[in-house]
Amino acid sequence: MTDIPEDLSYTDQHEWVRIDGETATVGITEYAVTQLGDVVYVELPEIGTALAAGDVIGEIESTKSVSEIYAPLAGTVEHVNSELTDAPELVNAEPYGRGWIVKLAATGSEGLLSPAEYAELVAE
Amino acid sequence: MATVTSADDGTPALSRTPLYDEHVALGATMVPFAGWSMPVKYTSDLVEHHAVRRAAGLFDISHMAEIDVTGPDAAAFCDRALAGRLSALAPLQSKYTMILAEAGGIIDDLIVTAVPDAAGPHFAIVANASNRAPVVAALAERATAFDGDVEVRDASDEYALIAVQGPRARDVLEAMPALTVESGAPEFGDTKYYRNTLARFGDVPVRVARSGYTGEDGFELLVPAGAAVELWRTLRATGAPHGLVPAGLAARDTLRLEAGMPLYGHELSLDVLPAQAGLGRVVAIDKDDFVGRDAVLAGPAAGAPVLVGLAAEGRRAGRAGYAVLDATGRPVGEITSGVLSPTLGHPVAMAYVSPAVAEPGTVLAFDVRGTAIPATVTTLPFYRRPRA
Repeated sequence: MTDIPEDLSYTDQHEWVRIDGETATVGITEYAVTQLGDVVYVELPEIGTALAAGDVIGEIESTKSVSEIYAPLAGTVEHVNSELTDAPELVNAEPYGRGWIVKLAATGSEGLLSPAEYAELVAE
Repeated sequence: MATVTSADDGTPALSRTPLYDEHVALGATMVPFAGWSMPVKYTSDLVEHHAVRRAAGLFDISHMAEIDVTGPDAAAFCDRALAGRLSALAPLQSKYTMILAEAGGIIDDLIVTAVPDAAGPHFAIVANASNRAPVVAALAERATAFDGDVEVRDASDEYALIAVQGPRARDVLEAMPALTVESGAPEFGDTKYYRNTLARFGDVPVRVARSGYTGEDGFELLVPAGAAVELWRTLRATGAPHGLVPAGLAARDTLRLEAGMPLYGHELSLDVLPAQAGLGRVVAIDKDDFVGRDAVLAGPAAGAPVLVGLAAEGRRAGRAGYAVLDATGRPVGEITSGVLSPTLGHPVAMAYVSPAVAEPGTVLAFDVRGTAIPATVTTLPFYRRPRA
């Protein structure tokens, strides 16, 4: 069974969001990691980029595929996980921890899925 | 062996190899491949890739097709129907060859082995899973048109094919309990590259070929389907102390790409003549007439694209379908396979490019979704294993 932490929100693009005040930390779910295989490159957005929900903010390359990363919420890029530049495998090893991708200055949680809703999505 | 499962959700049914349940029990990620449900990885494709380069990997390649050509005139038929001179094969020798269309395009690339058989001449062909039907159909048609006594038989469902690949592959086979070389046949270690030996696993005959698709030393074991599970389990248990791990299609693909080996549907197709793919040497052009000869003699059209290797720096891979650009940004070709090489640590790709820019050392670029990543034309293979 894939790990879906109870304290996070999710998107149908298999991203997770941790909302902490006005900061939203974004990563990809363990389910997504399993589907992708070994991550070998993560393209990160520039700090300060203003985004609408659904905008492409980066790319994840695994040995087999390329996937886009989408902004789960409207906001501005506050931090990027520059550790991923040299150690993209952190996305595989700790998708909900050191494998986080960006932090957005964002408010609200419009359109996000609850853990139960996301679990239902990946069970299909 | 093809156990076709019925799907009730409208998706096409996938065939299963005799080792399907083993893969599922190991937790493999199963994917559809050429009509088969196959393990793409068991744990991590990179871990499996490195295991094959450093120790050993175990692959189920039972999806591949086995076709037997027998009869008094089988050797002459193979020379007529295929691109190589198969009549020259010594017993237990294998050859990499192709089956060409009349127009010279590649129907499939094949390995053909001369099998000792008390019943008479016997050539065993291994074809790609995706090309089983077209290869069988072309051979059957050519046998009908052939003036001689030959039989073509699709034996794919009777066999499993298991590959043991890596620098420890020989140690693993030599440590195998109940896998005994037949008297008079070469020991595993004495079996040369592209030669075979005959063994028994218990009472079951196993043909062991010193060949593979990884760029490492290794063996491919052809075994009756009913003995596949026991052989697979024994190889895993015997190999584990040597560092052997089961390896999936993802690792197989990155390994063969580093080794510069073409994959049908990527580097090879009906639209490509052998010379364009760098496989001119595989065609025995001076033998008697064979299917595709006139087209091969005429050669590709002037300016027809040719296969090259491309190496880049950084971590962004060029992938199949991406454009290749020249120094001025003009499209000059297309990538057919590409990956961030796990062994070399930089991107590698195979691509068809205009012959004008195919010289090794030419600086081109991958068009990675709008970003030009400089890449240099390189001789294949990218990776060559260290010789002992």
